[in-house]
Order: sequence, then C-alpha cells, then structure tokens
Amino acid sequence: MANKIPRVPAREQDPKVRAANFEEVCYGYDMEEAVLEASRCLNCKKPRCVQACPVNIHIPDFISALHNHDLEKAAATIAEDSSLPSICGRVCPQETQCEGSCILGIKGEPVAIGKLERFVGDWKLNNSRNTASTAPRNGHKVAIVGSGPAGLACASDLAKWGYEVKIFEALHKVGGVLVYGIPEFRLPKTRIVEREIEEVKRLGVEIETDVIVGRTVTVDSLMDEEGYEAVFIGSGAGLPRFMGIPGENLNGVVSANEFLTRANLMHAYDSAYDTPIYVGKRVVVVGGGNVAMDAVRTAKRLGAEAVIIYRRSEKELPARQEEVHHAKEEGVEFRMLTNPIEVLGDEKGWVRGLHCVEMELGEPDESGRRKPIVKQDSDFDVECDVVIMALGTSPNPLLAATTRGLETNRRGCITADEEGTTTREGVFAGGDAVTGAATVILAMGAGRTAAKAIDKYIKSR
Amino acid sequence: MFTILEKRLLAEGIFLMKIHAPRVAHSARPGQFVIVRAEEHCERIPLTISDFDDQEGSVTIVTQAIGVSTQKICAMEVGEALADFAGPLGHPSEFVHEPIEELRKRRFLFIAGGVGTAPVYPQVKWLHKHGVEAEVIIGAKTADMLIYTEEMARVAHKLHIATDDGSRGFKGLVTQLIEQLIAEGNHYDEVVAIGPMIMMKFVALTTKKYNLKTIVSLNALMVDGTGMCGACRVSIGGETKFTCVDGPEFDAHLVDFDEAMRRQGMYKSQEQRALAIARERAEGHKCHIGLDK
Repeated sequence: MANKIPRVPAREQDPKVRAANFEEVCYGYDMEEAVLEASRCLNCKKPRCVQACPVNIHIPDFISALHNHDLEKAAATIAEDSSLPSICGRVCPQETQCEGSCILGIKGEPVAIGKLERFVGDWKLNNSRNTASTAPRNGHKVAIVGSGPAGLACASDLAKWGYEVKIFEALHKVGGVLVYGIPEFRLPKTRIVEREIEEVKRLGVEIETDVIVGRTVTVDSLMDEEGYEAVFIGSGAGLPRFMGIPGENLNGVVSANEFLTRANLMHAYDSAYDTPIYVGKRVVVVGGGNVAMDAVRTAKRLGAEAVIIYRRSEKELPARQEEVHHAKEEGVEFRMLTNPIEVLGDEKGWVRGLHCVEMELGEPDESGRRKPIVKQDSDFDVECDVVIMALGTSPNPLLAATTRGLETNRRGCITADEEGTTTREGVFAGGDAVTGAATVILAMGAGRTAAKAIDKYIKSR
Repeated sequence: MFTILEKRLLAEGIFLMKIHAPRVAHSARPGQFVIVRAEEHCERIPLTISDFDDQEGSVTIVTQAIGVSTQKICAMEVGEALADFAGPLGHPSEFVHEPIEELRKRRFLFIAGGVGTAPVYPQVKWLHKHGVEAEVIIGAKTADMLIYTEEMARVAHKLHIATDDGSRGFKGLVTQLIEQLIAEGNHYDEVVAIGPMIMMKFVALTTKKYNLKTIVSLNALMVDGTGMCGACRVSIGGETKFTCVDGPEFDAHLVDFDEAMRRQGMYKSQEQRALAIARERAEGHKCHIGLDK
C-alpha cells in the first residue's frame, strides 16, 4: 500500500546556521525523494486537493507524471493552471488548502504537495525550454496594474489567450510582495522569483516599471489615450497600520513593510547596497501573521535578539505553522497574550522599551477567534530598542481617488464581484486590493478569475 | 530610459539635472516629487520636482550631494541614464486646484531656503503663468550658496535675497526679513516655505505670530514613496500622516517639527558609516570602522 510510506521530510538548513544567513531555509526534495513522495498519492477519483487549490492545479495528474519520471509532463500539467509553481510551492499555506484536504491527512500525513510542486517548478526553471503554448495575437490590449501575484497570474492567462498585455509596476523591481515582502530565506529572488517572472515575459507579457497608476498615468488615461480595452487592478495591500498608541513615532519604531522593504527590495543586508537598516540589539515585532514572522526572522538574521509579541495565544497565531516552527527553531522568543499600550523612549527620542499589558481570552468575536481582554493591573515593561509593527495594512486610496466610477467598500477596498468586475466598465480587480491582505495564491486565483472575465468582456464588445 | 539631458553646477555640491521622463513630465504639477535611483545599489531618493516641460518630455531636479546615493546621482553626466525616475508623487500644491480669480486676489509670500529654492520655482512659475503675483525670499548662508536667483527673478513679482553673512541682499535670517517686510506695512495672505526643516520650523513660528496661513513641503525619509512603508510619517495636528501620500505639503502651524527633525536623523549613523566606507573604497582600501560589531 502506497500510504504505508511515511511522508518524506524535506531537508533544511541547520537552524543555528541559518539564523545568521539569508540562504533558503528548506533545500526541498531531490529526484529520488520527490518520486518516493509522489508514490504516496492515491490518485483519488474525485481529488479534493484540486478543489481546495485556489487555482485548481490538476494535482494528482502532475504527481502521477512525476511518479513516472515524466517531469516535462508534470511541469506542463501545472503550467496549465499556474505560472508560478516554484513560488507557490514555497509560500502557499498548503496545510489549509491542497494538503489540508488530502485524504491521507485524515489518518496520517498528507502528501507533501507543496514540496512536490516546488520540485517540479524548480526542475522546469533549470531544465525545460518549453513554454506554455500561446494563441496567436488577437490585437486586443489589456493593462495590468501591479506586478505582484494577482497581476502576473492575470497577465499570464491573457497572454496565453493571445492578448497584448502590459503590466505597470510602481516600484523599480517586478514581483510586488514577492520581492519587497517575502524574505530571501523563504523565497530566493534571483534563483526563483526573477526566473519565474522571466517565464511570464516569455509568454509575451510586457512590463514597465516606475509607473504609479493614479499618478504617472491613470486608469482613465490608459483606456482613453493609450488604447487599453480593459484594465486589471492588482495593486496590493496598501498602507501599513499602526496601533495609535503613544510613542509610535519615536526613532526605532518601523512598520514591518518598511523593515522588510529595506531588507528585501533594497538589499539592506548586503553591504554592496547603500540602504541603511536599523536593527539595534533587541527587536520586538508586534503581530502574529506571516509578515510578523518574516520580520522577526529577518531581524534575527541581522544579528538582533528577536521577540514576537501577540495579543492572543499561540493557537490563534494567524501565521503558517511552518513559519512559527522555523522561527522558534531559529531562537525567536514568543510572548503570547501580551499587548503594547505605549512605546517608551529615551531622552533623545529613541525607543527604549514597550509598556505592555497581559491579556486573557474571552468569548469568540465576529472572526470566530476568542477576543483578547486586558488583565487588570497586569502592566509591565519589555526592554527593546526597535519595535516593528506588523499589524496588517489599510487600502491605498490612490486608484479609487483617481479613477472615474471606481467604487470602494466601507473598508476602502475596491468593490469587485466574484469575477473581479468592478463598478467601472472595463475595469477589473483582484488580490489584496479587493480582499485586504491575504495570500499569494488567493491573489493568483483572483487574477486568473479576472482574466476569464476580461476575456468574456472583450469578446462580447 | 531616464537620460540626463542637461547638468549644471548651481553651487558647491548642488547640481541641476534635466531628465528625459515623458510620462512624469506629462503628469507633473507644482509641489509634487519624484523618486530617483542612480543605479541598482542606490537608495530610492525623494526629490521635489524643480521644473517640468511636457513638450520636451523633461523633468528638472536639483540634488545636493549629501549621502552616498545623492553623491552617485550628482556624479552622473549628460547622456547617461538614471536607473529609476518614478513620479510624480504626492499631492500637487493646494493652489493648483483653486479658482484663478481667487488666487489673483491673494498675496503670496514664498520663503525658499538653500536647495529648497528649486522646488519653490515651479510654484512661483505656475502662479506667474496664471497672472498671480508672488513675492519670494531666497535665503542662504552666503552668496555662493544661492541658487535659482535669475530664474526666480523672471517669475517673481518681487524677489528678496537674504544671506546669513550679508554677502548679498539682506543680512540675516529669512525670518528676520519676514518680520521686517511685515513691519514695513506689506500684507500677505499666504506663506509657502520650503527649505531645511529648521528653517521651516522658525518660519512657522514667525508667521504664527501674525496668524498668517503657512504651507511647508516636508522632506521626510522615505523608502518606496508610494504609501507602502510608512517611514515618512509625521505628526500633523496630533495625527499621524504619511508625507508621501498625504503630503508632501502641510499646514505649517500643525506640523510637529521637532519630531520631524528627529525622525530625519533615524539612519544618520548608518549613513555616515556608509559614506566613510564609500570614501575609503574610492581611495582604494578597505575600511574597518564599525565593521566589528
């Protein structure tokens, strides 16, 4: 029986070593390991994993091709539904998606679908010259705002169907959160992200950097002056949130976005770059999501003592378990049920600590999680010289403010239906700009859905 | 390709560069800024736009070589291209949206300090083009450090020069000249001050005494310049704002200048170290200062 074989563990860098470098934590499978793991798949008739994948990759098909050593076919199978397998294999929350619904997971451990996807994706980057087939050019122009996962996925599909697609990126580098947000040790930039984006370009997608849609050009000018028939907005999450507590503007308090952008996009950890970064001796990261884990592990690697402070208990941490586990292995300290109420400063206006209160969990709130309540007279100080706020983001109002007829909801996110159709004709949206901060794969899913809607819209004109 | 079309030395360490950037030139308005990166290893430097010409497809910036990345910008020559030139960013000056008839009734006084004189120019030029009179004070430490005086003279209704040492024009600080002009019976409805943070702080304190509406353009630290990082946050009337997306212009009387100045110094020690390393590299040997932590 195939399922008697235990899940093949993926090799990882030693925690002590990796806590001081930016090399990738997980080495992934080699061919032998991948084929062995692939043999565990039961090839279900009604594969629940495919349903659970936001882009519906034909998982049993690619795994069975891999099991037969037919990597070309495995890669082609994934390519039908995803242009970014090396990226998704690394950063998707598989435990709640494909792997979370794997039948093997009921009694034992699910198939390591993520690691297998990563293996096939990496194999393709290193070995295959085949690109997904593209239809002949159809002469219709579509503009994409933002080169993150949503934009890349939308652009890939449209290009495959023959559309002339151009992505406009505000930053100097392509990839959105994949380059500014997710750290090198989780997602290598040169080896993986840049090359997977090259694959998207090979489909015929053009990318123009340094264009802030809403400022450099507008959605209206793209449609009225530059001849784009449809626009997809995948502009991402937006402005970092702060707590609104005293002392938040002291020197040494930064958003996780700033800290990670300096480290990732601007290469602050590499002395060949001019970017400064302030790490101090002891860094406290406030928050419990994946971004908080990325920030705290980056701080650790830059030589600081690194602490996570989160107001609920460990069970409620929104970050992926794997990230929490990795962070702990690397020596990150976790202080749960703790909430800062003031940032303490020295006489020169630099951070010297956090004034916190202890929390306890009460009744579940509207998110279904138990609501943290302040314990009476429980306040205490935590010493630190850097505070990183990883509290999520609020939408950037720029596109809504500069696009005729584009409406937002009460949270400020762009209003769009399930297909990505916005309130403005010909304008579609998806990813964090619509949902608020979520995951790479959900953004890709939204990009693909919108691509279908754009295709339908243009064909019906 | 953001090619450098023109380069001029305006004063010691201060360079004017005209950049080929048609999209930016087409959309730029007075008061906005751009993010500039000379090459791959540089920081993203926010610079307020000093002029723009839609027909020519050019945008002018003025850069003072202070840190490693600004030095790299200043070291580039005509014909070379900057790696990045993104903008226009931030909100245009408020008056751009006001009815011209209203503006013509108003008396504007601009205070331009040091390299901040450059971004004052497109504002005064815009007003001049729309028939609005604006008086301008340009201040600098000494006559050699004055920039844009000729250009400004062509568009300002009246131009005053102030130098700390009296080597040209009024001897003293711009704030003293403001007091003198008001004492002489001149009336102003609105002041716009752009220059070093310390100058803007004292202009704000001075005009507050006369209850005179004052706008400043803040040059906070930024990384992306598009609202993503929050490095540029400033306190405006007790509320936290992002200079890049909420500004860069704010009501001077609401700005917490002391906090803004302190925040500007956030990376000073790293910047100084980077400068030292860059200098040593240029001299061909390795620097060990501060590397042994």
